Amino acid sequence: MTAPPEEIAAAKEGLPFAAAPAAGPEAELMVPRVGRIAYRELAIGGAVLAAVILPLVTSSFVTFQLTQVMVYALAILGLNLLTGFNGQFSLGHSAFYGIGAYTAAILMHNYGVFYLWTLPAAGAVCFVVGFLFGLPALRLQNLYLALATFTLATVMPQILKFHGLEAWTGGVQGLVIDQPDPPAFLPVDTDQWLYYVTLAVLLLMFAAASNLIRSRSGRAIMAIRDHPIAAAAMGINLSLYKTLTFGVSALFTGVAGALGALAVAFVAPDSFTIFLSIALLVGLVIGGVGSIPGCLIGGLFVLYVPNIAESVSTGLAGAIYGVILLIVIFAMPAGTAGFARMVFARLARLRRS
Amino acid sequence: MELLLQQIMAGLANGAIYACMALAVVMIFQAIDHLNFAQGEMAMFSTFVAWQFMEWGQNYWVAFVAAVVVSFIAGVLIDRVLFRPIRNAPVLSQVVAFIALFSVFNSSAGQIWNYTIKSFPTPFGHKPLFGISLIDTHEAGMIGVTVLLLLLLYVFFRGTRLGLAMRAAAANPESARLCGIRVGWMTALGWGMAAAIGAVAGILIAPVVFLEPNMMLGVLLYGFAGAVMGGLTSPGGAVVGGFAVGVIENLAGTFIPYFGRELKLSIALIVIVVVLMIRPNGIFGRRIVSRV
Repeated sequence: MTAPPEEIAAAKEGLPFAAAPAAGPEAELMVPRVGRIAYRELAIGGAVLAAVILPLVTSSFVTFQLTQVMVYALAILGLNLLTGFNGQFSLGHSAFYGIGAYTAAILMHNYGVFYLWTLPAAGAVCFVVGFLFGLPALRLQNLYLALATFTLATVMPQILKFHGLEAWTGGVQGLVIDQPDPPAFLPVDTDQWLYYVTLAVLLLMFAAASNLIRSRSGRAIMAIRDHPIAAAAMGINLSLYKTLTFGVSALFTGVAGALGALAVAFVAPDSFTIFLSIALLVGLVIGGVGSIPGCLIGGLFVLYVPNIAESVSTGLAGAIYGVILLIVIFAMPAGTAGFARMVFARLARLRRS
Repeated sequence: MELLLQQIMAGLANGAIYACMALAVVMIFQAIDHLNFAQGEMAMFSTFVAWQFMEWGQNYWVAFVAAVVVSFIAGVLIDRVLFRPIRNAPVLSQVVAFIALFSVFNSSAGQIWNYTIKSFPTPFGHKPLFGISLIDTHEAGMIGVTVLLLLLLYVFFRGTRLGLAMRAAAANPESARLCGIRVGWMTALGWGMAAAIGAVAGILIAPVVFLEPNMMLGVLLYGFAGAVMGGLTSPGGAVVGGFAVGVIENLAGTFIPYFGRELKLSIALIVIVVVLMIRPNGIFGRRIVSRV
């Protein structure tokens, strides 16, 4: 092998987005398996119960915020499927989120479609767009892929503003949509109802994602991330799985966009800029790349931390946000999920000794 | 024909801005193997430092040199203090650290110097070059300085021991360390140089886009695009890519009917992506050979 050293180094960098190693076999063996599963299901059950009760005891503004948190968590889950599990980098998820939101808004505003039907519609449209975008993305890797997806994020608001499409998209002004009324037999208001709709969709899609990851396809998706050449040698169709993952990832984020449009009752091109993509990326990393529950932490971070920074100092809000971000990265380089894994591993080791 | 020529010249003038930034981007990419999202904000901050020196009554050149030196030191410090501890963190975590840095610089510049738009002087003046209105002296000067910087970097990286050591440290840290190169300091030096080049870029760009905390946002994005188009492994390619982005953007705005003007940046970016489809590692980039 006589390749110049630069090329070898570049080759070693071939998998820069591989996530932190999942809980090693060590950690698996420490805890009795039956106990661990019971513990996990208890935690999920408790969290769901808390999520159901929460809007009944908080103000409607907090309920609205929590709806947003779930919407972001779902969008981050979409990004995680692509970046965390399949190793494809994307700065373009604001575009998928925007397409989902606009699909819902246009269907409701221009065609009077029932709001719940807009969610699968948004998912389907985003799946197709994501799948098609995944085709050219096959040729690109790492930073070059980042640029291509970045292009998508930059182009999307300009297309939404484009005067030729104003009849559909409402141009710069965007579209206002009517929020759905809760069903008459339930004693909840609109904010609470939207919260429950979002929660139901969230649970459904988180369950779907974790099943997908544990399936044969999920293992193929992760094998491609960990070693594309080995994966290909094992008979995995790289092109098919990569483009499908792009589509599924866009589907998740698109449904999140549609739910977000319902929650704020308004869509405008400038809500779906590259900054949304960056916020989702930050949420992904803070929550934990390649961790499904981590997406919820990411959602909380994306919504609340900028507000906290703002409340400390209006002028320096950005600087404080940046400092918080740096502190979190310093304290937990592999995100909350990586941190939790480390803590559990230490606890298990303590218990053994 | 005249319109075409005029638009190409105007595109080159814009492209010079992108090329400056693309060069700084590639520099840091060579040193640390990542794109620095905070590069533009660092350059903006450096430009404010130069402006501050002039406010204190120094002349242009003193302020220029002071800003470049301050930026160099700041670049080295950022690497030693912030990025060295997380060198082994996952790549995406480092990207988020860049985003944090971006936010810190942007917001503190706004707090220190506020958001009003300030004009910035140029040593080249704003007269039409050679009496033709196609390009003015500042734009020509900007192109000249960019090309000069490129030549200097070329000489530095190809012709000096230090340049060679830096290249070795970036290309293969372990082997370089075994040869006695202090890899950590080479990286810090790369940061310092990138910050200094960023300062030069910022000072050259400020007379055109005016000085304010958000001045670099667009420039950085198209600088990235230029750098990626040219190929991230090639400083010369980055400069060519930067100019190309400027020219394509201008031509698309002028010659594509109906939606050209409104969507010219989108068109430029789409053209770049199409170019990448054909040459996935950029026009001048090296192909990556992977060893199994």
